[in-house]
Amino acid sequence: MTQVRVLAGTRKGAFVLTSDGKREKWSISGPHFGGWEIYHMKGSPADPDRLYASQNTGWFGQLIQRSNDGGATWQPVGNDFSYVGDPGTHLWYDGTPRPWEFKRIWHLEPSHTDPDTVYAGAEDAALFKSTDGGETWNELTGLRLNESAPGWAPGAGGLCVHTIILQGTRMFAAISAAGTFRSDDEGATWRPVNRGLHSEGIPDEDAEVGHCVHHVEAHPTRPDTLFMQKHWDVMRSDDGGLSWTEVSGNLPTDFGFPIGVHAHEPETVYVVPITSDSLHYPPDGSLRVWRSRAGGNEWEPLTRGLPQRDCYVNVYRDAMAVDTLDSCGVYFGTTGGQVYVSGDSGDSWAPIVRDLPAVLSVEVQVLQ
Amino acid sequence: MSAAAATPVTSVRVVLPAHLKNLARVHGEVVVPVARPVLTQRAVLDAVEERFPMLRGTIRDRKTGKRRAFIRFFACEQDLSNEPPDAPLPDAVAAAVAAGTEPFLVVGAMAGG
Repeated sequence: MTQVRVLAGTRKGAFVLTSDGKREKWSISGPHFGGWEIYHMKGSPADPDRLYASQNTGWFGQLIQRSNDGGATWQPVGNDFSYVGDPGTHLWYDGTPRPWEFKRIWHLEPSHTDPDTVYAGAEDAALFKSTDGGETWNELTGLRLNESAPGWAPGAGGLCVHTIILQGTRMFAAISAAGTFRSDDEGATWRPVNRGLHSEGIPDEDAEVGHCVHHVEAHPTRPDTLFMQKHWDVMRSDDGGLSWTEVSGNLPTDFGFPIGVHAHEPETVYVVPITSDSLHYPPDGSLRVWRSRAGGNEWEPLTRGLPQRDCYVNVYRDAMAVDTLDSCGVYFGTTGGQVYVSGDSGDSWAPIVRDLPAVLSVEVQVLQ
Repeated sequence: MSAAAATPVTSVRVVLPAHLKNLARVHGEVVVPVARPVLTQRAVLDAVEERFPMLRGTIRDRKTGKRRAFIRFFACEQDLSNEPPDAPLPDAVAAAVAAGTEPFLVVGAMAGG
């Protein structure tokens, strides 16, 4: 029987939400690692029962947890994220050089083919890889040693690698607030791919790096087409990131964090507009997912089942996911602790759970 | 008899904060063997991490070995947090910890307002 498993990372622990393929009745287990921030939790496409979770607090630092049984039990694995060599400096908020310092793992991206291989995006910005199920980690230094890196400065949330896209030998990584980077050699070397981005908050608005990219997604069948939610602006690229065009169109505001792509319709895209960079809640207290079926520019609000008044939550960059069922499911979690599901591509929504801690990340697996 | 074989092994009671007890899957105090001639912070914490490898990096920074900012070390109602890690524990503390009459406490600092 088809089962759907949603992995929700929150400010105070991890939760596993399960349902059958109808996605109407849900069971909730957790909190796992209660009291710890779970920035991200994701399952291996090669072995869905292999899960990885990034666990962190200011008191006790960074841990990585691994489950081999779909989240029923967990064991801590390696947490030695050492930068190779003298890591040098990046820019601090005040423009002064600041030594690279490991703080946390924002994102875990398991390999599509090997359950023991997983990539980790770090703050301060660096990319790590494990090929032994998370027991040991090695930095892929090419990203941090990009010639532009000494000029990278953190976004408000930190200088973090928050997006990792695996496309065979090609990879993308996105960094706040440096931009998007592409590797064509499995992460050995990287180049910035931000042409077309325009950011008013930096001295050179069209600079090659320095853009606060919030999230990037690509449909598996269209590897050259990327969709980006930037600090402001929703963007798309059709040439593997070499150039970008704005597709914000009729959105009420083009500030936001997550962006999602429909599992079966590569031109159907979802965003959750947020009022502004200083007002991290939906316009008019009305929580709306906006969907474009045209790959951007033409957007429609999706409101059925979502609170349309007095709602002042945010949706973080890793807190939206889509499933692969025939009727595509869309999921997102809020800072108010709600996790919403739509089993009909966004036409209607219902809460899976309403009162979790602030949701940092949402991922979904379909188990056959 | 070799010098190493002659090194006394002291059983030290250690109290961990709740989150680290969960991580180490223990309840209550733990007792770790410290095979050093002189009790120091480092000797005790090395023994804790040897017994519970999953705690590496949670009490001390993995790279520098320094105490994490929001961790404190107490014993005999004394704050040892800012003592050099290789300094012998004060005589009265060392005696009480070695005798097992007092534990070595690893504490999550009060923070958060």
